[in-house]
Amino acid sequence: MIHLHGPILLAAALVGIGLYGALSRRNAILVLVGVELVLAGASVLLVSAGSLGLDTLSAGGTLALFVITVAAAEVSVALAVILAAHAQRGTIDLDQGSPDGPELGQRS
Amino acid sequence: MTSLDLLFAGFGLLAVVAGMLAVTSGRVVHAGLWLVVALLAVAGCYLVLAAELVALVQVLIYVGAIVVLVLVALMLTRSPIQASGTASVPGMHRVLAAVIAAGTAGLVAVVLWPLAGPAVPRAGIDSTVLAEHLFGVWVWPLELLSVLLLVALVGALAVWRRSATPGAAPGSGAGADRS
Repeated sequence: MIHLHGPILLAAALVGIGLYGALSRRNAILVLVGVELVLAGASVLLVSAGSLGLDTLSAGGTLALFVITVAAAEVSVALAVILAAHAQRGTIDLDQGSPDGPELGQRS
Repeated sequence: MTSLDLLFAGFGLLAVVAGMLAVTSGRVVHAGLWLVVALLAVAGCYLVLAAELVALVQVLIYVGAIVVLVLVALMLTRSPIQASGTASVPGMHRVLAAVIAAGTAGLVAVVLWPLAGPAVPRAGIDSTVLAEHLFGVWVWPLELLSVLLLVALVGALAVWRRSATPGAAPGSGAGADRS
């Protein structure tokens, strides 16, 4: 027997903490860490809904597995883009503008 | 408060504390490592909810692959190891971010709170039933996710190869045939 208040509070807290991380970090990879926390919060909600025994299609567990898969694909592409940006600019500090000006992908 | 409530609260508290340390730590590598603790605590929450397969996949893929990728990327981009005050944006923006984050968390909690009533039985997610439904009801999204992973793999490689060949003009196609 479990009360649902726990999973709801945990999901809300993880979403809030992850959003704070995505908004307040200067390093592009740490923004990704925040996004991972948001996804973990959503998965907690999915799994707790699926574990109540009312889920006839196993949607809770399956969608949590899909969220993990999509997060893996997203992290790999995002890190490839971040590494490419680092190779081009030398920094991944989001507070610094591009040294060539606001146009992207231009090399002087 | 049942015993499952207390266990879940323990793991949940660990996840929240580790998450807060991950997003506020001044050392970027410590932030990645606190993310490991947070995701392991979330896997513990899944075990309390009797969703063993999801907990194992979480540990294997989230902690074992995604966080490893994050740490390798932190090393490849030469992120500073020592404590740095430049890991987060300056003061006023941080307060604004905290207000937005608290508002969002409050919104999620307020919207979902009426769904929680008295104690409900925790049936868990049976791995056999989950596997049957995964390859039965959900087989089309599953196969599409395989394609998505392949596309992500090729895309990540293509992005890296384009940036690794500095003479590549935009729109010259895949750089795969320059070796």
